[in-house]
Amino acid sequence: MSDASSELAMLSNGQAMNQADVPILPFAAFEQAILDGVAARQRVSALFAAAAPQPGTTRLYVVLADDEQNLLFAGATEMAGDEFPSLTPRCPQVHLFEREIAEQFGLRPVGHPWFKPVRYCSSWTGRDAWSRPAQPPLLPGVGDFYRIGGEPIHEVAVGPVHAGVIEPGHFRFQCHGEQVFHLEIALGYQHRGVEEALIGGPTPRTLPYMETLSGDATVAHTTTYCQVIEALAGCQESARAQTLRGIALELERLANHVGDLGALAGDVGFLPTASYCGRLRGDFLNLTAQLCGSRFGRGLIRPGGVGFDVDAARIADLSRGLDAAAKDTAVAVNLLWNTQSAMARFEDAGPLPRAVAAELGIVGPAARASGLERDVRRDQPSGIYCFSHIPISICESGDVFARAYLRWLEIQHSIDFIRDQLRALPAGAARVPVNTLAPNSLVVALNEGWRGEVCHVALTDAQGRFARYKVVDPSFHNWAGLAYTLRDQEISDFPICNKSFNLSYCGHDL
Amino acid sequence: MIKVILARLQQKHRTMAYPAGAPPALPDRFRGAPMIATATCPAGCHACADACPTGALALNDPAHLDLGKCLFCPECANACPQHAITHSGNYQLAARRRQDLIVARDRQAVEVAGAALSDRLKKLLGRSLQLRQVSAGGCAACEADTNVLNTVGWDLSRFGIQFVASPRHADGLLVTGPVSKNMALALQKTYDAVSDPRLVIAVGACAISGGPYIDHAQVSNGVAAILPVDLYIPGCPPHPLTILDGLLRLTGRLADGPHHHTLPAP
Ligand code: SF4
Repeated sequence: MSDASSELAMLSNGQAMNQADVPILPFAAFEQAILDGVAARQRVSALFAAAAPQPGTTRLYVVLADDEQNLLFAGATEMAGDEFPSLTPRCPQVHLFEREIAEQFGLRPVGHPWFKPVRYCSSWTGRDAWSRPAQPPLLPGVGDFYRIGGEPIHEVAVGPVHAGVIEPGHFRFQCHGEQVFHLEIALGYQHRGVEEALIGGPTPRTLPYMETLSGDATVAHTTTYCQVIEALAGCQESARAQTLRGIALELERLANHVGDLGALAGDVGFLPTASYCGRLRGDFLNLTAQLCGSRFGRGLIRPGGVGFDVDAARIADLSRGLDAAAKDTAVAVNLLWNTQSAMARFEDAGPLPRAVAAELGIVGPAARASGLERDVRRDQPSGIYCFSHIPISICESGDVFARAYLRWLEIQHSIDFIRDQLRALPAGAARVPVNTLAPNSLVVALNEGWRGEVCHVALTDAQGRFARYKVVDPSFHNWAGLAYTLRDQEISDFPICNKSFNLSYCGHDL
Repeated sequence: MIKVILARLQQKHRTMAYPAGAPPALPDRFRGAPMIATATCPAGCHACADACPTGALALNDPAHLDLGKCLFCPECANACPQHAITHSGNYQLAARRRQDLIVARDRQAVEVAGAALSDRLKKLLGRSLQLRQVSAGGCAACEADTNVLNTVGWDLSRFGIQFVASPRHADGLLVTGPVSKNMALALQKTYDAVSDPRLVIAVGACAISGGPYIDHAQVSNGVAAILPVDLYIPGCPPHPLTILDGLLRLTGRLADGPHHHTLPAP
């Protein structure tokens, strides 16, 4: 452990600690702890503001993940003013966290190199970091964008409404002919105020919020939430429930990875793989529906375990369905790798060098495709992943091909994992009762969703209610990675670069 | 090339026979509209309404269930001490009028009104319906299960229904999400770009009522706050079959008329 981290409190994934044990550091020491941690190859999993007990003051919390040691570090600092020195120039991976702190709490990170709103929403405190008037209402995407001057340069603006059936976002390309010099992405169109609404919970609405933070990652977010609740309630879900959660999480990964490979094939006009994978994605969703009635896993993951158990007949059905889908997927996907014209489009397109991915704090398949060995299932395991290890896949080239091929490696591992789990499902209660939540506590829970690290941090008040509930969707880290990959690329490669990340707008916009 | 042909043979023909044949089988745990056998309700019990995340279940006068708010979650059924709540397996939920989604709680059968367009509109549209999709603040699951209709299994285009890239080419909008304040202007502008007569289809609990985000300051509680809505398709998200059923009824391609949700035999 590095010296700096010793200033922060050590904890592990899904462990509740008393808030009094979270060190409140002077700002300089807080800042230094982050810089030293990142220099020692830790990652910033979360950096956020919360109301402090003292009126007029704000607390900043940080959670660092040390993947090599399977540890987390948490710490806080308390601030009275309305600004703080930005860390972004020295630690790029906090760039969006600082903008978010500014937007939610009106605290200005002085010296931030690209200080813009994140979601174009009003602040929670009534204090606006940009000193904008309350009227007229804010408009998303309105404001300055990065621009390159000169006569041969033109700007391409796309969105928020896109051509396909997808979520809204605004993209600005600075182009020289077909060549993109820079892409800036403005989001916030999907903002529905979930983090703010979570304060004071849990309420009957909390679970639907979790299930819809990012609708295609329902299992990842809801499992993470349930681990927060179970830590606060001091209850232990059964091995059976943990296993069923793991099966559901891998099914979610399968549906999305298979769908993404189909979409990538579709974007380069290779229709066989596109149509087969489009159908197969649905087959994997239907396996999740066999578990719980919902193709997206709604109703499945519940505090204390899972909402639905399986009997021998259902396990047999699931295995049969999995085998059939696995066989067809192999044929459909291998066709893609054997098609030179498709490969020619994927190779070398949208490269994200390893060093850049590390600096930006990229997570999930996008990080692993650039050679970064990070996967919560191995590095910070919880639930079934503590007992059953799933091999981690890595590619080195960091291009669209790597991000696609990595999906295929993960598809095969997920299929094997589910097969193994279905064969040896432990006995036990599907769901155990959950007690009241511990007051004045902090919990961090992490899971490897199909896009990467899902991080939830809860702070409870004296009554055991959420004083703050922070959600970091993997897309929050990764949108900057997508923007980077477009540098010096052909604008016509944007669709495949975009699909190779397939990030969540609503998970970012919450 | 030979590999492509072999793969094609291996993958087989996948487009479903429905609606000429039977609809695809739904999972046995599929949750359609909640059905409440009120006969066994103890006096003063409101466990289901308390558990309901969206206020879809109301016990005050008159007791009712709002399918436009319902998330089709397991909570009310789990909360009921009498086990009197079950979810029907009926997927046909679409309605032309918002009030038709509000049904009496103590009913024995729910009638959701017929959905077909007027003859004049049907004639105008002919055998095609071109839709522009606008996603406005939801979780992207409704978009995903709308998109599924374009896959080979469902093959939506065989009904002449297509999603088009520009509102200028569209006969109407299919809107998902509660309409976040940040998407209200873009939605309005997209609507304005569609020529008259134009249809608006609200898909999912969010688009109908705000769904899980009802009354958040950041959303508009559904599409009807901004645009006139011609068809409501409930669900969170609606099953692709529910969406297809709604679209086919709207275009008069399925025999219309009231469809019934009946209580399963006790
Ligand atoms: S299914 Fe869920 S949302 Fe619908 S009435 Fe029951 S508790 Fe409410």
